[in-house]
Amino acid sequence: MAIEWKTDADEALAQARSSDKPLLLDFTAAPA
Amino acid sequence: MIRGYFVPVRFHIKEQPGAFERFGAPWTPTVLLLDSSGAERHRIEGFLPAPDFAAQLLLGLGHAAFSAGRFAEAQRRFGEVLEKYPETEAAAEAQYWKGVARYKETGDGSALGETAEAFQTRYTDTSWAKKASVWAAPRS
Repeated sequence: MAIEWKTDADEALAQARSSDKPLLLDFTAAPA
Repeated sequence: MIRGYFVPVRFHIKEQPGAFERFGAPWTPTVLLLDSSGAERHRIEGFLPAPDFAAQLLLGLGHAAFSAGRFAEAQRRFGEVLEKYPETEAAAEAQYWKGVARYKETGDGSALGETAEAFQTRYTDTSWAKKASVWAAPRS
């Protein structure tokens, strides 16, 4: 199953807080 | 592993350059592991082969648990690095922090001495072995 990447940092931070999960931020320049 | 343990976020340099500045990522690829409060706990800069990358993710989970004071969980994560990815560069760091986490959990100083001893036979030529050497019992 593919990873569902978020692109909104603040939304992801809120989800991390509510789920008590760490965040993985991937900074890329690779072609989509 | 990413899907199960993390909230995954991806920023592309052409689409969200502001995110690179916000989180201090001047190069790609960069991967940051933040705890649930948003504090950075681990940073991976540059490409890594899959086993090394997976080991670094586990190392990051260990550091996040350690920073939150969950020392038993931290030991498990660092132990997983040693068991699953013993040939990666992350393993020496995991061996160091596993000993520290055990010490923090138990208050037993022998955890540090045994870690120093372990570095005398495994990962001997690493900076982590040097760091652990201060815990070694004096030789008579």
